[in-house]
Amino acid sequence: MTVTATESAESTRAPGGLRPSMTPARLLKSHGALIAIAVLAYLLLVWAPGSMTAFRLGNLGKYCALALASMGIGLAWGRGGMLVMGQGVFFGLGGYAMAMHMKLEAAGPGQVPDFMVLYGDGTMPGWWEPFRSGAFTIFAIIALPALTSFILGYAILKRKVKGAYLAILTQALAVAFATLLIATIKQTGGFNGLNTFTTFFGHNLYDPEVKKNVYRIAAGLVILFLVILWQIYRSRYGELLIATRDAEERIRFLGYDPANIKLVSFIVAAVMASVGGAIFVPIVGIISPSSVDASASILLIAGVALGGRASLLGPALGAIAVGYGRSSLSERFPTQWTYFQGALFILVVLFLPGGAASLTSRLRSLLSRVRSVRPATSRRVDVAPAAPAVHVEPEALA
Amino acid sequence: MTDSFVGEDHLEIRNLTVDFDGFKAINGVDLTLRQGRLHFLIGPNGAGKTTLVDALTGLVRGSGEAVFRGRDLLTMKSHKIVRLGIGRTFQTATVFEQLSVLQNLDIAAGVHRSIASRLLARGKVPDRVVQALETIGLTSLAHRPAGILAHGQKQWLEVGMLLVQDAKVMFLDETVAGMSAGEREETGDLLQRIVGDRTIVVIEHDMEFMRRYADFVTVMHSGTVLAEGTVTEIQADRQVQEVYLGTVTEVAAHG
Repeated sequence: MTVTATESAESTRAPGGLRPSMTPARLLKSHGALIAIAVLAYLLLVWAPGSMTAFRLGNLGKYCALALASMGIGLAWGRGGMLVMGQGVFFGLGGYAMAMHMKLEAAGPGQVPDFMVLYGDGTMPGWWEPFRSGAFTIFAIIALPALTSFILGYAILKRKVKGAYLAILTQALAVAFATLLIATIKQTGGFNGLNTFTTFFGHNLYDPEVKKNVYRIAAGLVILFLVILWQIYRSRYGELLIATRDAEERIRFLGYDPANIKLVSFIVAAVMASVGGAIFVPIVGIISPSSVDASASILLIAGVALGGRASLLGPALGAIAVGYGRSSLSERFPTQWTYFQGALFILVVLFLPGGAASLTSRLRSLLSRVRSVRPATSRRVDVAPAAPAVHVEPEALA
Repeated sequence: MTDSFVGEDHLEIRNLTVDFDGFKAINGVDLTLRQGRLHFLIGPNGAGKTTLVDALTGLVRGSGEAVFRGRDLLTMKSHKIVRLGIGRTFQTATVFEQLSVLQNLDIAAGVHRSIASRLLARGKVPDRVVQALETIGLTSLAHRPAGILAHGQKQWLEVGMLLVQDAKVMFLDETVAGMSAGEREETGDLLQRIVGDRTIVVIEHDMEFMRRYADFVTVMHSGTVLAEGTVTEIQADRQVQEVYLGTVTEVAAHG
């Protein structure tokens, strides 16, 4: 419950009741998300680069890249109700677009990427050519996933495919995409993917300062997209999306086509995954089918579920936490890590479906229940005494 | 109470048939839904009342004709029909439980909003929403999640949503089912207040409620129209007594 007894009593008393006055509690409620984003921005952009080793910072950058994809899943799944299990496809589109550009940069003007000489006859397919241009590459990182997700989403959502069917279908796409990449070794590097980059838009990737700046871009993108999501969630569209998630048929009888509403968030989620993939490449130094296949896609889901899929910060923090857990636990228990993660996923789904972000509201409702057990003297009960039974998703982070 | 009339927002149904694999749930129904009255649609279970509304709102396919403002509803998709000015509720109230009462109404009022305005947060509460809150008596609960509303309040919210979407034809499917006597009365008064020049079609099982509030009644039986008329005329109709009113009185007496 986000609405406490005192707040509701207040809004009943307010004349008209439609424009509640600003109390500190309300201010925190309406601007708490922005404050939280600002804190995260400080941590990621100021604190981390100043106090972390280059290695740890690189790891954090990688988690930021994954967080971008996770945040998109939060939008599509948490708010839109679409369990998209194939975001690796869009992550891969952005990642490969960036990698192709960097590969061409490494090869030099007019030259051909090394692996094409190694595996093929040294000729480059024509569709590689435009990626020599940095501007085109950035355009492609946005436009490719947008176009692909529009076509896919239109076909899937207009046919009213949803629930488990949507999950299976999107996952199958990820499998197909990875298979396609592996099969086209001469054009995409196959199983090995694309690697061995030297420069990022002309800057030497071996320079520690450049590395730091690449990290800053990744972290900055996380913050930027958090602000974009914040605006989406508080907009009328955001309300409409939740309404569509909860009662899709009902929304149809208010005159909306739910497919269009969901399509928008499907596309935004795809673009976010693509941007994540694009910034993943200069940080990690490789993109290969294993970063875009079905299991990579599921790994993203795990972070989102853990953090809280419907919350603003949950998916991003969940992705970073899973990333950290993975690297630190896998250093100590290399073989058991997957079990940890699986167990965690099951526990969250079973006992905390709203993810870590719902912890505070859970605690609050527990607290109010404990309080109501005590003889209520001044407690005012209006409308429905059974209010705590309804779990209301926190508007922002929790 | 009101004088009904055939205006530009009336609905003309001709030879409507809904065929479920050979079973005719609706069989050649002719019906004129005139404006400005509470038109009750009654009949025993399986008579085809809800199916009729489903067909008119694009939920099931029907043949024949249902003309509203020069368009045949039977050829249109649900959300397009709504945009034309036809709204409905369902037997079980489905409001968006996690959203506030205000948000529920705002969504219902927003069909014709531009994309740009959808990307912004709500600034001022639209006048229509304020009025609807007032009309359905939920102003004090505007900021509460709709999920905590009592059953009757949810149904009123649904009516409010039809009001803000400016539905000229409203189909209300068993709106007062499960309501207390007091809530029924409030609902009936609410419907009389809002009818104006609208066409309000109420599917109902509650005979008492019908007697008190119906301006006009259509009795359906086995997918056809059995009788039409005022409450007095319907009650005097021998056929209706046989197939429907008798059985319901019994059921009501037992229940």
